[in-house]
Amino acid sequence: MSQSFDDISAQLRRRHRQSSRLKWISMGALGLAGLFLVLFFADMLNKGLPAFQQTYVEVELTYNEDATRMGRAAMEPEDAKIVSRSFERLIPGMLRDDPDLLGTTETRWVLANGEVDQYLKGNRNKLSEAERQAVDEKVESGQVALKFNTTFFTEGDSKMSERAGIMAAAVGTVMTMLVTLAIAFPIGVMTAVYLEEFAPDNRLTQIIEININNLAAIPSILFGLLGLAIFINFFGVPRSSPLVGGMTLALMTLPVIIIATRTALRSVPDSIRHAAFGVGCSRWQVVRDHVLPLAMPGIMTGSIIGLAQAMGETAPLIIVGMVAFIPDVGASFTQAATVLPAQVFTWAGEPEQAFVEKTAGGILVLLAILIFLNATAVVLRKKFERRW
Amino acid sequence: MSRHESSRPEPGQPVTRNTDAHHELSIRVRDLSLWYGQSQALKNINIDVYQKNITALIGPSGCGKSTFLRCLNRMNDLIPSVRIEGLVEMDGRDVNAAKMDEVALRRRVGMVFQKPNPFPKSIYDNVVYAPRMHDLVSRKPEQDELVEKALRDAGLWEEVKDKLHQPGTSLSGGQQQRLCIARAIAVQPDVILMDEPTSALDPISTATIEDLMDKLKQQFTIITVTHNMQQAARVADYTAFFHLGEIIEYNDTRTMFANPATKKAEDYITGRYG
Repeated sequence: MSQSFDDISAQLRRRHRQSSRLKWISMGALGLAGLFLVLFFADMLNKGLPAFQQTYVEVELTYNEDATRMGRAAMEPEDAKIVSRSFERLIPGMLRDDPDLLGTTETRWVLANGEVDQYLKGNRNKLSEAERQAVDEKVESGQVALKFNTTFFTEGDSKMSERAGIMAAAVGTVMTMLVTLAIAFPIGVMTAVYLEEFAPDNRLTQIIEININNLAAIPSILFGLLGLAIFINFFGVPRSSPLVGGMTLALMTLPVIIIATRTALRSVPDSIRHAAFGVGCSRWQVVRDHVLPLAMPGIMTGSIIGLAQAMGETAPLIIVGMVAFIPDVGASFTQAATVLPAQVFTWAGEPEQAFVEKTAGGILVLLAILIFLNATAVVLRKKFERRW
Repeated sequence: MSRHESSRPEPGQPVTRNTDAHHELSIRVRDLSLWYGQSQALKNINIDVYQKNITALIGPSGCGKSTFLRCLNRMNDLIPSVRIEGLVEMDGRDVNAAKMDEVALRRRVGMVFQKPNPFPKSIYDNVVYAPRMHDLVSRKPEQDELVEKALRDAGLWEEVKDKLHQPGTSLSGGQQQRLCIARAIAVQPDVILMDEPTSALDPISTATIEDLMDKLKQQFTIITVTHNMQQAARVADYTAFFHLGEIIEYNDTRTMFANPATKKAEDYITGRYG
């Protein structure tokens, strides 16, 4: 018995309804995910952008004899109330370095203290009513103003919010990542090359493979414990240093690079290997001259993404002591240092209102770097994509 | 119908000798058997391949002709589960012997594959890569000369001489296959193995390659696998018919196609199965 079009249409209506319902549900899920992302970015920008501006005061400085001992003496008492104490502490040093300044006066813009800064930005602050009026007057006369916060990008951490910057953490991140890359990239790529191109397919290599995949799923803090036990306690690598941090993160990045490299190697068609073997290449020549160059874009993409992941990592670095108060920009791989996410973590724990914006500002900088790295990975992939 | 089975000569030699071809031995195969794991793909293969001839290997799919071809330059080494017994002898040496270096073997036995597979490098680099690797040439003028000669011999020079530095993959399928032939002959091998070299090509490119094979046999011994019986009839001096891992009949091509000695070969050649 055959069915008429009407019978079939009646059944189809129910199926079409089902598929349109599913379509709406999945679109709703996508919309929700997008909304969370927008909310997150809006919140971060809202909280973090003020960190890129800082209040500065124009003050008259009289470099007298007292100022060589106590910087405060160089200023009018009412100015001293609103200028950052971090600047006062610099004055004796300035006079020591340049004795000619003694006895002169100058007018210059200096950092205001954190409370004045928060008042200008409309946040909660501890200024008294009288102080607020005094600041208001100076704002009117143009002696107090918000300016671009260069300090944030040139200084290390400080207990005084107005002087706290991310430079030390940024340099720490760069040094840590260099160590991570120098260790994880060659070891990871060569491991993958061995497993993919040389190793026989037997029980042992299968066990190794399974464990490498498992390693990628291990909670990162365990790598921190390993770093503490092996690198610091056994090998005596200096704690809190970019060296130990980079080594620890390299352990974490290794499986990511190995897996990405193997995938990239596997995507090189066998016809290329056969062609190379056919003209009499040894196994290593096949890999070096033909397979690796073709797999390189994939390897780079995977490594950059692995590195970006390591760059955002905080937990293992807590264990090896890299989450610390680091006021000075590091100069060597063995000095104590901190990294960007750790700096954010430190600031998030500060009680002062002013550190809220520093925290969000630090996150923005970290996000910008991560987006840049991921974009580089995408561009590399697009640029070197090859079709067979 | 008269059969030649009574006059079957020594194992491995063609049933009738082609009297107007060269008869110097290139590769001698005796009792060659090959297993993929448990399953036997080649059974007691005996064949003498003669120098500066084209020998075609024909037979239905899965009959072992490509597997056999890959035994001759040890490409089967790349497959871990393969086990080989028997003798493949070239220049008086057993190519499967432990002290035979497969790189040295492949230097003398080149290969052209089913699908054109030029390296994703320039045309020039495709040709010069292997000679440079084997230290046959070093100075730039020598390299240029070698590239031109190989491309001329492969009948590709006129078409590519103005774009030597464009990628080899930018050529058409037939040109790519001739580039692969140029790459194979650039190291001056003794033998060239061709694994269905025209099966991925259009009829015109196929005809070009067949003409080329005819020219190349003056310099090289060519062993080609083909699915196309007309092709075997057109280009080959000798033809071996494979069936289920065995050589059923090996003969000079004219005799094979005009007057096959075995029923199986006759049925295959006349198109009863394939």
